[in-house]
Amino acid sequence: MTQQEALFQFLLRMGDNTLILGHRTSEWCGVAPVLEEDIALANTALDFIGQTQFWLGYAGEVEGKGQDADRLAFHRDAWDFRNLLLCEMPIGDFGQTIMRQFLFDAWHSIYIARLLKSSDPRVSEIAEKASKEVAYHLERSAETVVALGDGTEESHSRMQKALDYLYPYVGEMFLADDVDAAMVSAGIAPDPTALRDEYDALVQKVLDEATLTVPGNRFAQKGGKNGAMHTEHLGHLLCSMQWLQRVYPDGNW
Amino acid sequence: MYAQMIKTASTGVKSDEDMSDLERQFQARIDAGEKIEPKDWMPEDYRATLIRQMGQHAHSEIVGTLPEGNWVTRAPTLERKAILLAKVQDEAGHGLYLYCAAETLGVTRDEITEMLLDGRMKYSSIFNYPSLNWADIGAIGWLVDGAAIMNQVPLQRTSYGPYSRAMVRICKEESFHQRQGYDAIRACAEGTDAQKKMAQDALNRFWYPSLMMFGPPDSDSVHSAQSMAWKIKINTNDELRQKFVDQTVPQAEYLGLTVPDENLKWNDETGQYDFSQPDWGEFFDVVKGNGPCNVDRLADRNKAWDDGAWVRDGMMAHARKKAAAKIAAE
Repeated sequence: MTQQEALFQFLLRMGDNTLILGHRTSEWCGVAPVLEEDIALANTALDFIGQTQFWLGYAGEVEGKGQDADRLAFHRDAWDFRNLLLCEMPIGDFGQTIMRQFLFDAWHSIYIARLLKSSDPRVSEIAEKASKEVAYHLERSAETVVALGDGTEESHSRMQKALDYLYPYVGEMFLADDVDAAMVSAGIAPDPTALRDEYDALVQKVLDEATLTVPGNRFAQKGGKNGAMHTEHLGHLLCSMQWLQRVYPDGNW
Repeated sequence: MYAQMIKTASTGVKSDEDMSDLERQFQARIDAGEKIEPKDWMPEDYRATLIRQMGQHAHSEIVGTLPEGNWVTRAPTLERKAILLAKVQDEAGHGLYLYCAAETLGVTRDEITEMLLDGRMKYSSIFNYPSLNWADIGAIGWLVDGAAIMNQVPLQRTSYGPYSRAMVRICKEESFHQRQGYDAIRACAEGTDAQKKMAQDALNRFWYPSLMMFGPPDSDSVHSAQSMAWKIKINTNDELRQKFVDQTVPQAEYLGLTVPDENLKWNDETGQYDFSQPDWGEFFDVVKGNGPCNVDRLADRNKAWDDGAWVRDGMMAHARKKAAAKIAAE
């Protein structure tokens, strides 16, 4: 794998995380539990789609085959997606949505903070722009997890159930492979394995306040960030996301 | 604005002699162009009519996100998806300002939400029509938001202060909505044959429902006089409908689209377009609950509200615990 190929893969990972999670978040349009959440969820989805345009736009340039962000978003099949499995899981109930958001935001905030010092100026610029949004996402999702974990008996039990369901998808964030090694040696991105302690401390603190119990089992489902094996959910998401572009490939929208 | 058929809570405009002193002073303030503020005295009928109108407007913003949400997940480009999300976010925000403004009249957000959910309050008839192809999203911005702006711009001068100020903020955002809608349908109208077909199909289906947004003809609009005297309503339904047609027809021509009205033609004498009225029988059917999407829209709102109950309860319970802990610590 050349350095260029590794950089392309890294950028797909960043952009696919925000694309797929942004898409999931947008599924809440018009049906959130309370109006303030409708606004917040639309805003979060909008931030993610904006970040996607930067990451995938740069990915297309690095690849050098004339694909822009839209081409990458709407014309790849599932096996070419490089998002974490966590991002493609269904929205479930609001508890599952907000717990996934928190588990992702906690990782995203730590990871993006490292990218601010990336040796690649384009990467650090995108990280700079995203970092304010990411900090806000984390603040909001952490607050909501605390409120619902420490709310009523029902909200507590739903949040614990969501955590138990999603926790097996956390480990993938900290797995490293050849792409990560190439990024580390070029000073472009951090070693994912080195971020786990910081993540665990952050998550533990919030979940303690939320009176939720972090599952003891650290078994990690994997296969999203390297594309080896996505969940069955991704194909259905792509069916709606890509449908118009696929049916009318000559359209200019 | 998305308020139609607002039944003014009064039996008609009172003559000067029939008014009490308070009512006369109130009317004099309105006639002088003063704003009425929440703590000012106001006739109960004025309050009740405003709650209906602002509530219906707020509900329309909220229900209006459903036909758009229908396409958020299928938007054809990242940019169109981002624009649509920004628009939906604005609309939820408009709903929030309007509910807050209505709360100054003594009705809580939960109370008027319940009235929407059990069918006691309405939302605009337009949102009972389906969004079937991508160009519908363009047509909604261009025609539906365009019609809403026609109504909202004069309402910036409405007599009730909180409503007027909410409208000033809302109008700024609505004009962005209309521009993005026109741009989205323009891309289709200038696109492939299939895209052109989408654009024409969208115009065919949304034209008459958009004309209905202004409410029934003035001759059948029995509730307007008092609302106009109170400056809750500024223009008549027919005035606004005509203005909308005059503005929109040249835009359709520019797009190369055909307005689905054989009688549409420019009238040199009046300096306006002559046009066909929508099918008012259909309008009253939709208002009564028999539109293509009435049942589904209300079911979606009810499901969202019911499914979200545990979230609202959980958040309130946590807020109470925090407040109690704070008091205990002091």
